[in-house]
Amino acid sequence: MLNSLGREIPEYIEGIGKLEPFQGALTKLRKGWMDEPTIPAPNRAYLPHQSKLCTSLEDAILRSNPHNGMTVSFHHHLRNGDVLLVQTLTILHNLGIREITLASSSLNECHDPILTYLKDGTVTRIFSSGIRSQLGRAIALGVLDIPVVIHSHGGRVRSIHTGKIHIDLAIIAASAADCEGNATGSHGKSAFGSIGYAVIDARYAKQVIVVTDNLVNYPCIPLSISQNFIDLVVVVDSIGDASQIATGTTRITNSPMDLRIAKLAADVIEHSGFFEQGFSFQVGAGGASLAVAKFIREKMKVKGLKGSFMLGGITSYCVDMLNDGLFETIFDVQSFDAVVSNSLLNNRRHIEIQAALYANPFNSGCITNKIDVVVLGALEIDVDFNVNVITGSEGNIRGASGGHSDTSSGAKLTVVVCPSFRGRIPIIKKRVHTIVTPGESVHVLVTERGICVNPAFKELEENLRRAGLNVKDIHDLEIEVDEITGIPAPLEYTDKIVGLVEYRDGTIIDVIHQLKEK
Amino acid sequence: MIQQGGVYGADSILLDLEDAVALNQKDAARTLVRNMIQVIDFYDAEVCVRINHLSTPFGLADLEAIVPLQPSAIRYPKTESAEEVANLLQIIEKIEDQHGLPHNKMTLHAMIETAMGVQNVFNIASQFARVDAITIGGQDLTADMNIVYTPDGAGIDFARKRIVMAAKASHIDVIDTVFPDVNDEEGLRRETEYAKRIGFTGKAVINPRQIEIIHAVFTPTEEEIRKAYHIVKEFKKNSEAGIGVFAIDGKMIDAPIVTRAEYILRLANVTVG
Repeated sequence: MLNSLGREIPEYIEGIGKLEPFQGALTKLRKGWMDEPTIPAPNRAYLPHQSKLCTSLEDAILRSNPHNGMTVSFHHHLRNGDVLLVQTLTILHNLGIREITLASSSLNECHDPILTYLKDGTVTRIFSSGIRSQLGRAIALGVLDIPVVIHSHGGRVRSIHTGKIHIDLAIIAASAADCEGNATGSHGKSAFGSIGYAVIDARYAKQVIVVTDNLVNYPCIPLSISQNFIDLVVVVDSIGDASQIATGTTRITNSPMDLRIAKLAADVIEHSGFFEQGFSFQVGAGGASLAVAKFIREKMKVKGLKGSFMLGGITSYCVDMLNDGLFETIFDVQSFDAVVSNSLLNNRRHIEIQAALYANPFNSGCITNKIDVVVLGALEIDVDFNVNVITGSEGNIRGASGGHSDTSSGAKLTVVVCPSFRGRIPIIKKRVHTIVTPGESVHVLVTERGICVNPAFKELEENLRRAGLNVKDIHDLEIEVDEITGIPAPLEYTDKIVGLVEYRDGTIIDVIHQLKEK
Repeated sequence: MIQQGGVYGADSILLDLEDAVALNQKDAARTLVRNMIQVIDFYDAEVCVRINHLSTPFGLADLEAIVPLQPSAIRYPKTESAEEVANLLQIIEKIEDQHGLPHNKMTLHAMIETAMGVQNVFNIASQFARVDAITIGGQDLTADMNIVYTPDGAGIDFARKRIVMAAKASHIDVIDTVFPDVNDEEGLRRETEYAKRIGFTGKAVINPRQIEIIHAVFTPTEEEIRKAYHIVKEFKKNSEAGIGVFAIDGKMIDAPIVTRAEYILRLANVTVG
């Protein structure tokens, strides 16, 4: 069956179930409720003064009813410094547990060692927002029989609420925790800031293990995750490589290309009609997307603007803007460096939020419903403004859905920034390889060669043209770039589906076919 | 990098076949530049090509490959005398004749990078209609002078001013040397402001991040443009009334001030109706 973007979606997949095709970014929300029923949170009872402390991670796992076919979840706040996911799967593998469903909020290069468990049947299903590196390559080449499900951050919350991801065991790394499992990521030698993606796991998993390398006196403050959701606590030497988790500050790029694009994007925002007192703002964590913040900061100071909130993945640059008095508040669902962790701990206007509040579309209003301006990246974008942030030009799975479709669906102004080509590969396509964010959610594309406005937003285009910005038709820009790079030969795929890209409302916006290896 | 050269807003892009290219890559670079000029759209930027000196094995081949493409200008390194320029132009015109090209489209930028060049700069700048800019190559000049480049530019200050004077006397553009520390934005601003104060009409960059600062220094401010407009407008009005010297806000406005105001309006691309 075709979805509303013209992508062929199967009606049913063994191991996944019946699929619903994407029918528009806001179609399901317009009903005012979610059709799918939600599952109840697990019931438990504990006698007073029972100890939750385990002697080791293996001890804790053994006490958590490990079984074939279980679903194990993790958060990705440790980014590329995580060691626990690989350790956990290794323990389960050694216990003889097979057909595990892995539900990590995202996967990074540090998780490549689990490829061996995909090959031998230890892990047979994956739900994740992002997959990269060797894992991404292997999955693209068809290492798994059941397609991986790529979801957004908000969509993951929905999936857990509805039981689509039914977590048997949640492993929650915490940089500080007490003996009852009150946990946080805001301080400790492995501090990573907000633990926002893990809250839903703690509330809905049948068993929850907190793993920390910093056992603090009771109670651990702040209670980012509270003890009433935690079954067991493990103290280890290290939850990960601190240098890969969150160190120092995040610097604005020096790349002339990124700075050029960022400056143009800031000009777009300035003249969009949304750059006004009390506006809210979200940028990426690096590259051109973060660099936009540098220019917006300067413009805000010149105009004397104060914004209401910054949202999302938060870097030290955002903290600087908060401390400059340029914004009232930061809502932090993921922290990217040590300065952010410290701000979260010490500044009451820097607020830790969970993924449900950040981006779950099915509640009484997540914060992405309120965002004014968001700046996002892209691996590819097509002439209908559909964006690919998951598959690369070579066909590998190498990115993440993340908050891309969540934030763009709610923002009054979604600005996608990217170069018009990378190396010899054009970024603007007639048709992207994989759609993650539908074009209807994208207002403007900013490249170094010009600005393209989605034709659905005429007033915005008029504002930008009136401001003298270099506005081009995206079709013309596509042709211009093709004349420089040439048109790459198409990738070859088989009929086997290796990935489903799930939109935040649970519908399928695209599929990823198995790449034919050359 | 070449394919993205036009997007940064530089007024002129220099495609270098000389010092930026290793000796064993000269032919490859020449082929690349020759092909790129024909394919890449550099938008509004002028395209200049710095060829190798004719005393090297590469200079003539560079001219034979590049002149037929008629870039905006050829930049000639280490120019030391008017005779050298005359010889160069003779070769260029011969190539142009072979291709049926006019002699007045492509211009020449002479780089002054040696003590001898500094000594002869007025002759270089003034004798040839096709020489429409001179530039100073600070790094090579300090090497030729056997001095160390210092941030205050003391060693090349005389050369800078002599080159500027020659350019002004010849009514051509004069471009200051690069500021090598890409991360020192304040230093770049200071040096650019100094260059402007002593008469340079532009400055070379080695990284696109430097363009905005240089533009900011050389671009007349709105206030400067507003004042210049007012001066030229009053001048026209007074001229029609037969008055040569007049006052604005109690200040005498005579010919030199009007000339300066007209220059600012030309830079800003503003005409007085």
